[in-house]
Amino acid sequence: MELIPQTNNGPKVESSGRRSFLGALLGLSTAAVSALLAVPLVRFVTYPLRKAASDTVWSDLGPVQEFASITAPIAKTITLERRDAWQSTSSQKAVYVLPPKDGQFRILSPICPHLGCSIRWIDAEGKFICPCHTGSFTATGERIVGPPPRSMDSLESKVEGGLLKVRYQYFRQLIPNKEPMA
Amino acid sequence: MTNKATPEPPAHSNVGARFDNWLDTRTGIHALLHETLDEPIPGGASWAYVFGSGLLFLFVSQIITGVCLALYYVPSADHAHTTVAYIVKVVTSGSFIRSIHAYGSSGIIILLLLHIGQTILYGSYKGRRELLWLSGCILLALMLGMAFTGYLLPWDEKSYFASAVGTNLVAEVPFLGPTLQKLIRGGDQMGTLTVSRFYVMHVFVLPALLTGFLAAHVFFFRKAGAAGPIKEDPVYPKLPPVPFYPRQVIIDALFALVLIGILAIVTIKIPMDLGPAANPANTSFLPRPEWYYRPAFQWLKYLSGRWSLIGGILLPAVLALIFAAVPFLDRRLERRPWRRPIVVGAFSLFLVAYTLLGVASYRDDYYKDPGVAAQMHKQEEDARAFMQQPFVPEAAAGSASAALASADPKVLKGQALFQAGSCNSCHGDGGIGTAAAGPLTGAGQKFTDARLIALLRTPDNKMISGGMTPVDLSQDDLEALAAYLRQLH
Ligand code: FES
Repeated sequence: MELIPQTNNGPKVESSGRRSFLGALLGLSTAAVSALLAVPLVRFVTYPLRKAASDTVWSDLGPVQEFASITAPIAKTITLERRDAWQSTSSQKAVYVLPPKDGQFRILSPICPHLGCSIRWIDAEGKFICPCHTGSFTATGERIVGPPPRSMDSLESKVEGGLLKVRYQYFRQLIPNKEPMA
Repeated sequence: MTNKATPEPPAHSNVGARFDNWLDTRTGIHALLHETLDEPIPGGASWAYVFGSGLLFLFVSQIITGVCLALYYVPSADHAHTTVAYIVKVVTSGSFIRSIHAYGSSGIIILLLLHIGQTILYGSYKGRRELLWLSGCILLALMLGMAFTGYLLPWDEKSYFASAVGTNLVAEVPFLGPTLQKLIRGGDQMGTLTVSRFYVMHVFVLPALLTGFLAAHVFFFRKAGAAGPIKEDPVYPKLPPVPFYPRQVIIDALFALVLIGILAIVTIKIPMDLGPAANPANTSFLPRPEWYYRPAFQWLKYLSGRWSLIGGILLPAVLALIFAAVPFLDRRLERRPWRRPIVVGAFSLFLVAYTLLGVASYRDDYYKDPGVAAQMHKQEEDARAFMQQPFVPEAAAGSASAALASADPKVLKGQALFQAGSCNSCHGDGGIGTAAAGPLTGAGQKFTDARLIALLRTPDNKMISGGMTPVDLSQDDLEALAAYLRQLH
């Protein structure tokens, strides 16, 4: 143990040069301590900021062959997976796959651009009909009559590894242009 | 401080000095800093005095890392383990922060041992320091409580079974035992209420008490003054006093640097592992407490039947009481350890016995019974293997895949029909309801199956005006759909 030499003149006070050197030493060690803790802490707390936004979720529709020779739109249910922190939520959504034209697939959202009811494919009439306010659309989703302000919304799709995939999205209703919702 | 107005600073002084003065006239910070930093230390600063401030530093570090961990942790039996796994495997620096927090508790226990050992060796509990000692005893108990309640929270095999044993001990308490155990567990068995109780103790109750007693401890310390080297008189020190600042502050800061450095190195080399999720049905798991509880754990192995009450509760209680009473029993002002054989000897004896018990516990586990050793190694291997696996998210309640996992086939069929008929686009996923159409949850409880099916076939006027169309399906399919609707909640 370090013993300070005895003096009888009250508390021993450091000379001012020594005091500022010790002050610098103190500042340095404080900085080192906080850096050791602060850097990981800041990274930990701000974790979601550096995570890439996961808005491009592709859902599987099934093997391409399944849709190669269809002649009318068919409804297909997809499972939409979403990650919410440590949980994954999944929900089921329906989409329409249209018969391929020049090998290109088109997928339509069944949500009516009027007030969001789900549009049905009526085979007998060869038309899409929205039951709520009887909006109707052609077999390719073009608006025919009724309150819907625009045609049916098509969804982004791609073929990957022999699988047809779709990127499910919601679009703003009641406006003449297709505008994705965040 | 006086009530006299302090004159405003002279105009020629620089900005820093003026701000300093401005602040001081409003807060009295100079007097406060003088009071805090110029504490006289008889004989001057020393590396021997770092343990108390080291403890304070680790306590603050535990608070900061703990608050951060609470950002991601969920205290419930079904989510606790997943959220800890998420912290460790997904969140940036998550493993580091959790390890610092977990190893920090070991660091605190080690420093507590050193701090107490030194206090006993130096006789620095003497000379009107009884309350300082008692507040320290309470802090020790609270810290052990923090370690115990924190251990359970990850809810992996290790923590679950160790806490099951720990809370079983409580039942041994005479008369009150079973009631007390039920209260602590929040029921007869360990479960969600146990997690939430331990969590509340760990993050609200114990830290609040710790902060309060820590303030009292520091207050009593400042009131009595530093005891100084062992030859010093504990009441009227003769050595010249040297102010706490700057030398002792720097020594303490360097010690903090050493502490956090050691923690960081241990954390990076051997990150704290997380075992597989607690499985109460596992009968082969051998629970073991943290190392500092090992001796107590071993001690209990030697006792059975009626001895467990004496050895497990009575003896520790008497020892704790004697320990707390030390400054009342040892009244002489003599501080040199070689002149105080009873107290120093008793403490050394306790330390030796405690260490030997701990060693015996590890020896029993790894060198006595090959079956036990194999199981211990297997458990460690399982934990390592779990750490290697990628994070698996939990299915959210009510989400399609969670419901699908356990439903009966008729309900599944009904659900498929619900989707295929696009019922969900109006009534929402799982019938939770949307702006377009009301929720279907609970509808199954209101109507009989026959009525439900009839309503599906021919909706009433209110439903039709809301946009509902007749459901055109076979009787079988309608029954399945009704079965699905019935279990929506
Ligand atoms: S919601 Fe489809 S027509 Fe009105």
